[in-house]
Amino acid sequence: MGFEQFGIISFTGITKTEEFVEFLKKNELRGTACKHCGAKFFPPRSDCDTCLASDMEWFPIAGEGTLVTFTQAMYAPAGFEKDVPYVLGVAEFGDGVKVFGRMDKSLSQDSIKAGMKIKIRIVSLDNERLSYELTSA
Amino acid sequence: MAKVAVIGVGQSAFVRSYPGSIRELAFEAYREAMQDAGIKTEQVDASVVCSAPEYDKQRTPAGLMAEYLGLNPQPTFYVESVCSSSSSGLRTAYALIASGLHDVVLVLGFQKMSEISSAESQERMGRGADIQWEAPFGTMMPAYYAMYARGHFEKYGTTEEDLALIRVKASTYGQINEKAMFRKAVDLEKIMEPKYIATPLKTFDCCANADGSSCVILASEEKAKELCKKPVWIRGLGMATAPINMAARDTFSGLKCAQLAAARAYNMAGITPADVNVAEVHDCFTIAEMMAYEDLGFAGPGEGRHLIRNKETYKDGKIPVNVDGGLLSKGHPIGATGGSQIRTIVLQLRGEAGAMQVPGAKIGLVHNIGGVGIYGNVSIFGVE
Repeated sequence: MGFEQFGIISFTGITKTEEFVEFLKKNELRGTACKHCGAKFFPPRSDCDTCLASDMEWFPIAGEGTLVTFTQAMYAPAGFEKDVPYVLGVAEFGDGVKVFGRMDKSLSQDSIKAGMKIKIRIVSLDNERLSYELTSA
Repeated sequence: MAKVAVIGVGQSAFVRSYPGSIRELAFEAYREAMQDAGIKTEQVDASVVCSAPEYDKQRTPAGLMAEYLGLNPQPTFYVESVCSSSSSGLRTAYALIASGLHDVVLVLGFQKMSEISSAESQERMGRGADIQWEAPFGTMMPAYYAMYARGHFEKYGTTEEDLALIRVKASTYGQINEKAMFRKAVDLEKIMEPKYIATPLKTFDCCANADGSSCVILASEEKAKELCKKPVWIRGLGMATAPINMAARDTFSGLKCAQLAAARAYNMAGITPADVNVAEVHDCFTIAEMMAYEDLGFAGPGEGRHLIRNKETYKDGKIPVNVDGGLLSKGHPIGATGGSQIRTIVLQLRGEAGAMQVPGAKIGLVHNIGGVGIYGNVSIFGVE
């Protein structure tokens, strides 16, 4: 259907938010916002827990964010070993929207600091897989 | 508030690889607790079985354990909150008794982690995160807690050495706990060797997988007074949750679920942090203990490092914490850990903790966290 293409490994391919991957194919990272009450969500969800509606529109996460925290993993869980070492981080964008994901592998260890400016980059992986990463703005 | 007491405790030794199956492992803790309580199987009204799934192949483990422990035809079921499963079991058992449904309830925690590889174990733990949105990046517990360590360092200036001092303490007490996996002292230099697991956490900042079981038997006030010479009373229980997604977390320098669980437990017990004589906290990683000092109110935000630097959390200090070696020395058999923490506090309050005894302990606290602060459980016990 599409969602199984997201990420390095997929654990579930069936979700009502599969349009997320269609946006990745268009080079965009998007979250969902409730059309009824305006609540914003990232990661995306199809149901609003604020007002119980299931009527979302997709909003873009673009521009500059700030790196809140990060870690360089020297070991990986089964299935991810070939990527080691890799950096995971959380960046905060406008409206309090935060994004968790991998950081750009080409960034040097010395250059990664909490507070640095971040932008999102959509990445193509092997086997037609798609993901996003946090890179320096 | 209903008065419910602990009338029996037991645990297996926590080991790297138990030479038996999960039922045999569970039986060790069960036997010890039943002998401690001095009761027979017919006197147990119900059991609650706790573990994290997918480390062994037995589905519906409660049914299996009920048979093997001799607890048919009593009611039983499975309770899980990852690393705080047996504290959730305690909460459930308390409610079963307080409601009047049962008088004596047994909580059995177990985990056998040695039948799968270390990488597979981390894979299971990585799927203890959101499998749609986070697990696809290759997540694991050390990486999550490492992000909290980084957050704590950034906000408060805590250092890797501050965290290392926590492991030094853990190893001191691991030496005197027969049930612990790691029985040798480790010095600061060794802990500080730059063998990173996920920066800034190094090998010795992390607890080890282990095989183990624990058992806690609770009774109503009437039964406790009838059956037990030294009942240890549940004074307060607090539980809270936080979003499983990191993107939904407010801060990365403390665990909100622990702060809220602690507030609820202190409120129910009618005490303040200063009233606690001895505590067991969830030191799955050194940073987890550092945050626990602050989340429990033993130190102000960011001031946890002063407690450990000044040895205030050693046995002779202001607030002894993890003087049974903690998860760092005992190992962390996920479903059994909470029960082991509870057992240590119960022994402390009975005056039966031997070399680990904190003299005159009257109020004890257990802080048991599931995942990277998805589930926070704080339980307070008292001699009266």
